[in-house]
Amino acid sequence: MLAFIVRRIITTIPVMAFVALFVFSLLYIAPGDPAAVIAGDQASPADVEKIRASLGLDRPYLIRFGEWFYHVLQGDLGTSIFTSLPVTQLIAQRIEPTVSLMLLTLIFAVVVAVPMGVIAAWKAGSWIDRCVVGFAVFGFSVPVFVVGYMLAYVFALKLDWVPVQGYTPISQGIWPWFKNLILPSITLGFVYIALIARITRATMLEVLQQDYVRTASAKGVEQRNVLFVHALKNAAVPVITIIGIGVALLIGGAVVTESVFAIPGLGRLTLDAILRRDYPVIQGVVLIFSFVYVLVNLLVDLVYTLVDPRIRY
Amino acid sequence: MTVQSNTIAAPLAAPAGSEPVSPPESVLSPGSVLSPKKRSYLRKHPAVTVGGILLLLMILIAVFAPFLWTVDPTAISTARRTRVPSELYWFGTDMLGRDIYSRVTYGARVSLLVGFSVAFLASVIGLAVGLFAGFVRWADGIVMRIIDGMMSIPPILLAIALMALTRGSVQNVIIAITIAEIPRVARLVRSVVLSLREQPYVEAALSQGARVPRIIFRHILPNTIAPMMVQATYICASAMIVEAILSFIGAGVPPSTPSWGNIMAEGRALWQVRPHIIFFPALFLSITVLAVNLLGDGLRDSLDPRLAKSL
Repeated sequence: MLAFIVRRIITTIPVMAFVALFVFSLLYIAPGDPAAVIAGDQASPADVEKIRASLGLDRPYLIRFGEWFYHVLQGDLGTSIFTSLPVTQLIAQRIEPTVSLMLLTLIFAVVVAVPMGVIAAWKAGSWIDRCVVGFAVFGFSVPVFVVGYMLAYVFALKLDWVPVQGYTPISQGIWPWFKNLILPSITLGFVYIALIARITRATMLEVLQQDYVRTASAKGVEQRNVLFVHALKNAAVPVITIIGIGVALLIGGAVVTESVFAIPGLGRLTLDAILRRDYPVIQGVVLIFSFVYVLVNLLVDLVYTLVDPRIRY
Repeated sequence: MTVQSNTIAAPLAAPAGSEPVSPPESVLSPGSVLSPKKRSYLRKHPAVTVGGILLLLMILIAVFAPFLWTVDPTAISTARRTRVPSELYWFGTDMLGRDIYSRVTYGARVSLLVGFSVAFLASVIGLAVGLFAGFVRWADGIVMRIIDGMMSIPPILLAIALMALTRGSVQNVIIAITIAEIPRVARLVRSVVLSLREQPYVEAALSQGARVPRIIFRHILPNTIAPMMVQATYICASAMIVEAILSFIGAGVPPSTPSWGNIMAEGRALWQVRPHIIFFPALFLSITVLAVNLLGDGLRDSLDPRLAKSL
């Protein structure tokens, strides 16, 4: 088991190395010369050259990559061009809303989607099943910001149940924090629920045809236990896999959802950075998000061995 | 185990088709142009029919936009700003007084162009990369590590990062989304190649001295077309959504070219008082993506029943 964990962690190294190389290249080929920006309008070409040399920008690509990567490993993601603040500090300031939103969405989506898929598979062909299947297609077809505006219009603007926009830090109380995040979480969870429900249903359909499920029912195990204990446990691996992969949807969706609901998180930071062409910030955010995504899928692989003892590496 | 492909192209088991009792032949006058075989196919797969009709409608709207009672979609008029929908302005007007009906109609061109181009380009390039990785043993490891790396960057984020490098234009949006989608196709093709090359009939062909191009055209491609077409429809759908998202956040198609995404972006500031600016492009976008998704589900179920089951 320990050997497997170590081996699995080692396989993520080339992946992360590629991501780092890609993210670095982004800055390397980005238009605009930082030396010229720093030198200002009055500078002569010689001055710009001098600044470029002092920043080390005239050295070869690989050496610059090595140096940058060395700093990244020490937790230094560079300095924002626009605000002159360290990128790590900017990210630290914005991380709470994004983590709150994503965690809440994750919990909410799993709690809703898995039972949805299980019941749809159990009642295959019924109206419940058709609703779930229909919802799954619908969920994939409506862009996340459209869902957001629809929900905000009905529940915040017309019914006035929850705040329209904004974010309250968790330190100011759980309830205000939660109230602000309800609509964004449902919005962000929409596609994710569709994805998880669809996979759960498909896997459960297969599992429910197995002999041991029939045996369990025949010997008088309660229907609910057959579904959620006997069957779901054996359908767990694909479902957990898709929960891990779907985190990519959450990350992409968070950028948009935060902009719809005016949540000051990493997504807003990314958008502002793009509009201002603040490449070090874009680099930092892409690197952090990708790292989280790789980490989540690493965890998923480790969870396999817990839910399914047949999997031994 | 690594990250799997087909995130979006994930399964949706066959929609339990409500097969209606077939009416007498003579009643079906509009459908009588089709042969009985085709007609029974469409009846068995209602998703394909509905999706196909909706998509065709959108294509017609895009192609004939100038003739559909539209005005110049970029014509600015301060006298008629932010009007609500009326007889004169069917979908109302935006902050600059531009006619939203005309903008939405012309916007269909951008969405469909991006969707189809990305689906086509990503399929062709992904096919080439997948075949290369599947056949050239020494390159497989390197190519797959790169693909794993690219797939560990969430696609929307990857597209956003690429768009940050260039200025917004339809062409750049297509390139950025294509790059983000190639790994999925390449992975799919490679997995088909790897499973096929172990098949006895492929081994037999190889042992008889068949060359790789022949193997590819005779054995690999016919088996790849079906899953790839299904994948392509899902890529088309997701490309249209990503385009809208990019344009919505201001990193996509510039406002001078109306696209559903940037019409919504311009309606953002006023959404609380003038929701119609966002509503109409959202409706059109959702219907189009739904049509493509329905087509994809139907294609998957009919082209390859095994695929529908195994996914």
